[in-house]
Amino acid sequence: MITEDPKHQDIHEYLAEMEDIPGTRVFTAARARVGYHINQFAMSLMNAENRAKFKADERAYMDEWPLTEDQKQALLARDYNRCLDLGGNVYFLSKLFSTDGIPFAEAVSTMTDMKFPEYREMMMQGGRSPEGVRSIKANEAAAAAKKEDR
Amino acid sequence: MARITAGVASSHVPLLGVASDFGKDRDDYFGPIFAGYDWTRAWEEAEKPDVVILVYNDHASAFDMKIIPTFAIGCGERYKSADEGWGPRAVPDVEGHPDLAWHMAQSLVLDEFDMTIINEMDVDHGLTVPLSMMFGKPDVWPCKVVPLAVNVVTYPPPSGNRCWALGEAIRKAVESFPEDLNVQIWGTGGMSHQLQGPRAGLINKEWDNMFLDGLIGDSDHLRRIPHIEYLRETGSEGIEMVMWLVMRGALGKSTRMLHRHYHVPCSNTAIGHMVLRPDNGEGLDMTGSDVTAIAAE
Repeated sequence: MITEDPKHQDIHEYLAEMEDIPGTRVFTAARARVGYHINQFAMSLMNAENRAKFKADERAYMDEWPLTEDQKQALLARDYNRCLDLGGNVYFLSKLFSTDGIPFAEAVSTMTDMKFPEYREMMMQGGRSPEGVRSIKANEAAAAAKKEDR
Repeated sequence: MARITAGVASSHVPLLGVASDFGKDRDDYFGPIFAGYDWTRAWEEAEKPDVVILVYNDHASAFDMKIIPTFAIGCGERYKSADEGWGPRAVPDVEGHPDLAWHMAQSLVLDEFDMTIINEMDVDHGLTVPLSMMFGKPDVWPCKVVPLAVNVVTYPPPSGNRCWALGEAIRKAVESFPEDLNVQIWGTGGMSHQLQGPRAGLINKEWDNMFLDGLIGDSDHLRRIPHIEYLRETGSEGIEMVMWLVMRGALGKSTRMLHRHYHVPCSNTAIGHMVLRPDNGEGLDMTGSDVTAIAAE
């Protein structure tokens, strides 16, 4: 369970591992750079006046920020997985959840293949098991081995 | 001299703040969570800490993407509750302890921890939720707080090993502060949770309880857990548990557990809570029996 002393961590291996988790976008420097303005835009919604301005005209408010068209479309659609792909971070995006007045867990559920009631029920039953969602590579290796067996 | 008399670990889920602020803390959903803190609230009344060093992370409240300090220490006089998009929580302002905080900052830098010093900031649920869990709803928080913010949002966060070592340096800093102060250190965040992507909702009871077990006694194996293990086993936000290791590192070689609580779920998250004593011959009450005395009054 415990691996090598972290002092021996190679940065390239470290970053490659970060991309090996199914259904997860780790907020690495690469994502932080691409998403800088998404996150700073979201941060501006911590202010009541800005929230009101944004709600009055979302598109106009976002046009004041140096966001890409993709980023604006993802935000308008509240497509949070797409927002993550474009560098958004969930703690920043959560300012948009609260601006919309929706619970954090409900916003989180939209990133899964479940509707909110179903997601909430999964949490009540103890949450999602890590079984089978630890590693993309391990899953691929397991699938390949299974194929060979046939 | 000042001394660290206890370590407290706790999740800091924002919804717990909502439950506390809107009187839902004893309903069917939140009741079992808050009940696990009843012991601690009574114990804190008996302990009367002067200062809590509160290790937490800011969730895009005081720090945005402009400045990302890995370790930051609050040296200010007081801190207001941040507006996280719902308006600020209606909780008392948090009073700092600038004398101790500046002393710690100097001592830590001399010990080669290059701290960022914060004189003004608002504090978010990461800091105010643990206060609510441990102290309930007082008009004024019963102790001063030295906020210690750790970056666990933008990768890489500090290693568990570095967090543990920071705890060791904090202990040294506190013990070289001349004033007699009863100081606690709290490590907050966690336990397993993932708030993003198709894998959201991940919970790992087995791993969380392994981690809780590892805080007790004289083993230091938890400090060597790599980031990738937290990510795979406990979800993308489970990495917050490295902050518990700052607390654990500050308790010295050995600890004894006074109280433990674990509950799933709170919103997307597994709630973990533990009260620890440093157990290195400090001569502290190791039974937690003060709580019973208080309850009898």
